[in-house]
Amino acid sequence: MRHISKLATALSLIGSLIASSALAQTIAITGGKVITNTKQGQIENGTVIIQDGKIAAVGAGIAIPDGATRIDAQGKWVTPGLFSPLSGVGLVEVSAESSTDDSRAGDSEFSAALKAADGFNPKAEAIAITKIEGMTRIAVSPSAGSGIFAGSGFIADTSGGFNSISKHNAFMYAEMGERGANIAGGSRPAAWAYFRAALAEAQAYRPGRKNDDALLNSADAIALKPAAEGRMPLLIHVERASDLMAVVRLQRAQPKLDIVIIGGAEGWMVADALAAANMPVILEPQSNLPGSFESLGATMMNAARLNQAGVSIAIAQLGEAFNARLAVQQAGEAVANGLPWDVAFAAISSTPAEIYGLSGQIGSLANGMRADVVVWDGDPLELMASPDHVFINGQAQALVSRQTKLRDRYMDLSNATEKPFAYR
Amino acid sequence: MIKKLALAGVMALACSTALTQTAQAQMVTYGEDAFPSTYTPMPSQTILVRGANVFDGLGGEMTNTDVLLQDGKIAALGENLEAPDGALIIDGSGKWVTPGIIDVHSHLGVYASPGVRAHSDGNEVTSPNTAEVSSEHGVWPHDPGFNRARAGGVTAMLILPGSANLFGGRGTVLKNVASRTVQGMKFPDAPYGLKMACGENPKRVYGQKGGPGSRMGNFAHYRKSWIKATAYKKSWDDYAVDYAKWEGKQNDDAKDDDDKESKAPKAPKRDLQLETMTGVLNGEIILNMHCYRADEMAQVIDMSKEFGYQVGAFHHGIEAYKIADLLRENNTCAALWADWGGFKMEAYDSIRENIPLVHNAGACAIVHSDSQSGIQRLNHEAAKALADGNKAGLNISQGAAWTWLSSNPAKLLGIGDKTGALKPGLNADVVVWDGNPFSVYSRAQTVFVDGARVYDRQDKAYQAVADFELGQPGEGDEK
Repeated sequence: MRHISKLATALSLIGSLIASSALAQTIAITGGKVITNTKQGQIENGTVIIQDGKIAAVGAGIAIPDGATRIDAQGKWVTPGLFSPLSGVGLVEVSAESSTDDSRAGDSEFSAALKAADGFNPKAEAIAITKIEGMTRIAVSPSAGSGIFAGSGFIADTSGGFNSISKHNAFMYAEMGERGANIAGGSRPAAWAYFRAALAEAQAYRPGRKNDDALLNSADAIALKPAAEGRMPLLIHVERASDLMAVVRLQRAQPKLDIVIIGGAEGWMVADALAAANMPVILEPQSNLPGSFESLGATMMNAARLNQAGVSIAIAQLGEAFNARLAVQQAGEAVANGLPWDVAFAAISSTPAEIYGLSGQIGSLANGMRADVVVWDGDPLELMASPDHVFINGQAQALVSRQTKLRDRYMDLSNATEKPFAYR
Repeated sequence: MIKKLALAGVMALACSTALTQTAQAQMVTYGEDAFPSTYTPMPSQTILVRGANVFDGLGGEMTNTDVLLQDGKIAALGENLEAPDGALIIDGSGKWVTPGIIDVHSHLGVYASPGVRAHSDGNEVTSPNTAEVSSEHGVWPHDPGFNRARAGGVTAMLILPGSANLFGGRGTVLKNVASRTVQGMKFPDAPYGLKMACGENPKRVYGQKGGPGSRMGNFAHYRKSWIKATAYKKSWDDYAVDYAKWEGKQNDDAKDDDDKESKAPKAPKRDLQLETMTGVLNGEIILNMHCYRADEMAQVIDMSKEFGYQVGAFHHGIEAYKIADLLRENNTCAALWADWGGFKMEAYDSIRENIPLVHNAGACAIVHSDSQSGIQRLNHEAAKALADGNKAGLNISQGAAWTWLSSNPAKLLGIGDKTGALKPGLNADVVVWDGNPFSVYSRAQTVFVDGARVYDRQDKAYQAVADFELGQPGEGDEK
């Protein structure tokens, strides 16, 4: 592990040197089981060529360019980098310390106008912790505070660089269901009354035009307008089947909206309607308890049943930003409960890219795609597998975090009396 | 707590036999379980699993092994066992057999699903010391979470109060069986636990309510309470001695009648809070302490020496890896998550190798859940910890890792002589898995408690449905 880390660091250094001198760096990953997420499917003993930060070639028996840095992936799996479809990674350092939490603003004057990107810290501990488990892209969302519209989210890579946001204003997040009802004044009717009125205001909003009984201030109206007009995905969190049907009716009434369901614990009960409305669902397959009265029908079969009905699904670990990486385990457990492996893997890689309109750039291994690539020591959905190499935009990433440094410091306690650990 | 205070117990026994002859005042005792277990196993039949892979829970792993369950006990383990008449044979090829998982940190029942306000029965947030309360009085036996945990191979758990208070109250060991009553789930003859808490939670909860408002205050409160408990224990120990003396006089024919007629010594006044703490001082109630930081755990260990009690386990122990040697030397377990952390300052230094590093140092490592979701997949949590430890350079076998799930928890809870391993004579608390339980793709196929089939993934007749879920969406669904 330490050896690998050093190698990765070295590669990373080489990479940045080359990038700064604008030379073409070429990496050839050879001999692995390649998961492409394209029509090529899985390639045994395949080769992936990375050049200038992009995928240059994928296949079996392809020529390796002269001077390429070779990585032997025999016995290993080579996949597109994973894509966390929803989290607060980079917005939250220690969730119990409000001074370090930029994911929500309960006392703000604004709601839809809140841009999560304004709070993004690429140096947050969770970035490296998420990256070294194979997640190279993250969709980062604010959480609802003062209003049911939480604000806009963004897509970033996990390189930790200050230019790591790959798509600003990528989506709008809205909280409905029990929590939305609570925020809106105490009931679902209150939430829907607000939601419809706000949507209409945003659609009608014209700069400079005053509206005396406006719900939204102009900044919120401007921010909500793209989602209200279907030019930006509108993520809506609902769990109960009847709430899902309410969203389906909204989608039917306003077909232009680009709605994505978050949660959807009872989605399987209305799977056909969700499929017909062409609304993807970002879900947690592990959700199988009646944790509230809006998820009485929760079951680990949800993912498989939605997929069977033709609903596009992405898999997330919601809640603590620190745990976003555990979406991989959730995907594996969805497979144990009937979801085909390819669909489960796509649900944490190519499907999120499709949802956010980035499938031409990331989520699969094909020529011209950004070279987000992970080499795993086994089946990436397995609990006991982990990455040996992670590339983001063709750059080798150091597999180091606060966690690995703490581990290395305290790995050996046998000479605890010699030199304080703080010097190690 | 079935056993009485060590000294008082012996005296009480002597007294009750004496009472049959004379009508003298009976010695006052306490400590009998006021809410005794009424558990009876479900009907069982003899089961022979043939040719399975086995983790025996004691560190061993075997292939092509037969496991015989008879009369509610593990009867035999070996190759080519003879099938007793009428035994049900289960084909174990491609399957794994393990002891049932024991979760030493669960709030099932006391924070039941659905998680509505009315179901918040796990923290008596009225005083920093509520050692007088007991989790058994907060448990709702119809929590659907018990059924989900059973489908995850969990056969017993310690239900703990929460961590708002310095002394949270008693924890209760339950068998994971369906019952109308808590008493019907109570693990017979299992000792109670006492839940205590370090650090951020108590000082946050009581900082504006009269304290403690800092870690300094936490420790001052602990020690003041232990001083009181020590005095309380002494008053009962003294009473037992005085009573014995007095009783000796009553039975001594040489003494004159004046002596005999003197009144029996007066028993101290009972105090439920101090009773629980005295149970810890007497080694009859097992201390389970929520504690994240290494420096704090080290000070708690010193405090336990000051007052002469044993810390059974630190729970959550995010920094246990920093003092694994100290845990080993003090015979204290660490009940840990595989990879949770980060959510508060005292959890900021979490590492994924915590469990394997504690194990590797020779201390007692346990995988716990503290979660109605995590309890359903503790084997998967162990798998992650094992893999991370080995990738960092350790060399821990899968069989050894199963000790984190069954035998170490059983030992901590004081039920290691009854369950936690596939050892002839122990209760047949057993799980048959449809593949290696350290694979994400494997699930519990059949779960036995005392030899009785309490869960079967293939047979709805062996899938309990909670009262709460009847008539609701998804009733009886695959969960």
